Amino acid sequence: MNFANLLCNYEEAVAMILFGIGFSNLLMQKNLIKKIIGMNIMDTSIYLFLAVKGYISGRKAPIVVDGIQSVEAYINPIPSGLVLTGIVVSVSVTALMLSLTIRLYNRYHTLDLDEISTQLKKEGR
Amino acid sequence: MEFVQNFPFMSIILSLFAGPVSTVLNGKWAKRLNLFVITAVGCMSAAVLAFELRTKQEYVYMMGHFPAPWGNEIRVGILEAAMALFFCIIMLLCVISGVLEREREIEEGKQNLYYVMVNLLLCSLLALIYTNDLFTAYVFVEINTISACGLIMIRQTGRTIEAATRYMIMSLLGSGLLLLGICFLYGLTGHLLMSNIKEQVAVLQASGEYHIPLLVAICLMSVGIAIKSALYPFHTWLPDAYGYSTLSSAAILSSLVSKGYIFLLIKIFYRVIGFDIIRDSKVINVLFVFGIAGMIMGSLSAIKENDIRRMIAYSSVAQIGYIYMGFGLGTTFGIIASIYHIVSHAATKSLLFVAASGLTDASGKNKLFAELTGSGYRNKLAGVAFTVGSLSMVGFPMFSGFISKLLFAQAAMENQHKMLITLIALAISTILNAVYFMKTVIRIYTPEKREVIQEKGFDDIAFWEQPVKSAALVCFIVLNVFLGLSSEPVIHLIQIGLSMFA
Repeated sequence: MNFANLLCNYEEAVAMILFGIGFSNLLMQKNLIKKIIGMNIMDTSIYLFLAVKGYISGRKAPIVVDGIQSVEAYINPIPSGLVLTGIVVSVSVTALMLSLTIRLYNRYHTLDLDEISTQLKKEGR
Repeated sequence: MEFVQNFPFMSIILSLFAGPVSTVLNGKWAKRLNLFVITAVGCMSAAVLAFELRTKQEYVYMMGHFPAPWGNEIRVGILEAAMALFFCIIMLLCVISGVLEREREIEEGKQNLYYVMVNLLLCSLLALIYTNDLFTAYVFVEINTISACGLIMIRQTGRTIEAATRYMIMSLLGSGLLLLGICFLYGLTGHLLMSNIKEQVAVLQASGEYHIPLLVAICLMSVGIAIKSALYPFHTWLPDAYGYSTLSSAAILSSLVSKGYIFLLIKIFYRVIGFDIIRDSKVINVLFVFGIAGMIMGSLSAIKENDIRRMIAYSSVAQIGYIYMGFGLGTTFGIIASIYHIVSHAATKSLLFVAASGLTDASGKNKLFAELTGSGYRNKLAGVAFTVGSLSMVGFPMFSGFISKLLFAQAAMENQHKMLITLIALAISTILNAVYFMKTVIRIYTPEKREVIQEKGFDDIAFWEQPVKSAALVCFIVLNVFLGLSSEPVIHLIQIGLSMFA
């Protein structure tokens, strides 16, 4: 293992750590709002990863302003496009989760998913 | 380019647009539109299948007329067209068989929203089947998840909303992992189109570079899809979601939604990475272990269950385990067995859900076993159908389940190390299946005393009282017996389809 690589790719490392934080929050938090926050951290870390992968230092965004320069002058635009698509997906999923949370809160007056399960078991079918 | 070759694209677009259009229609017209769309897509898929069988050559359909490394592509072969046709048939039967339940359980004025979800689900399934682009596949995986969530919670009770929440949480974990895996793979290869990724992966494998990141990407994608398709330890949302949602939703979810993800996984194995690399990566061993665990544990939970719908739901966990066990064998024959099991399970599980609803209708809408005694006499067709489904699940000859079990056993013979475990697991799982399905069949054919029936007010239901559901049940039975008796052409179709896949 070469730790020098870890240092020069520190953005990717940070993205992976954030992914871990978000993933474990979404999996293990009891509170629904915290779960949703975890999900957003997880998704955002992936966008950070993509954005970092797509950037080449010293180059510009591929927008032609003053005449066409050589290919070498621009970064790869596809990861940015993927990030945009991902954000759209993430927004819609977050909206859906929040609306489900509101429904559950109105019915059971708690945000704790385990608490809701116990109440459901009590009230039978 | 022939006109038929446009059909895959047209069927995706047709179902995609039918979704938003249904929001402005009333329930009745939305239903008609939905039935029309499913039928039209089914006919188009049949035409594509006929075309593919004639040419025996897969073709690439460029989206937006950009050539390969830049544009988005649809790729059509025999297996894709056959799957699309099969999914359409199952979906049509599921949708028409649950009309009465939907009218009873969905709020007035919200009927059309159900069909929005069904149309979008069909669209995403078709896109997952046909697409040749990994990121497009991810987007449609999310659409599939969201519409499946809508199908669960359209019936507004505490149970379904909780089940939908749990389903969303599990699915989001899975899609997070899947997206990360796709990003890794994009970082390694620089491509998103499946065929281009495969070329680059072969180059990487030959040079030995980036061995570990490639392995990580494979693991992330496999585990992500396994979570989404409810492989054993991730199945906690499943019994509630299948047990309390409306009938069509339960049937569609169990027979189509999880199968769409699994089909994507097969595509990733064959088209994106290459099956040899997958076999060497040992990821399939993990899938094998969890598949075996699912086969046993799912059946054990089903035996303990006291509610007929939840019992069938737990049985789904076991059947998903079978499919992953087939992947784990690491042979092409194992994959063929798995694909056959996808088909046979989809046909049988939806039959069981519909038949069970017929039985509960004849028992005052009560799903508990104690109330179902003798219901096979009160609703004769549903009783027969449930028996057929049960026998098929257990693996009785003549029905589709037998063939898939036979194929799994044959596939196991090709793998020296896993042969014994697979055969033992198959035997144990078959016995467990027999325990809970035969228990139910015996119960529904145990005569109940006249006085008790009159006291509880249960009605007999003749098959002309629910004509649509009865017709669907007959179709399901015919489909099951067809798959069981003439499995040879179906297996042959899968075989040539899979050889075109690579």
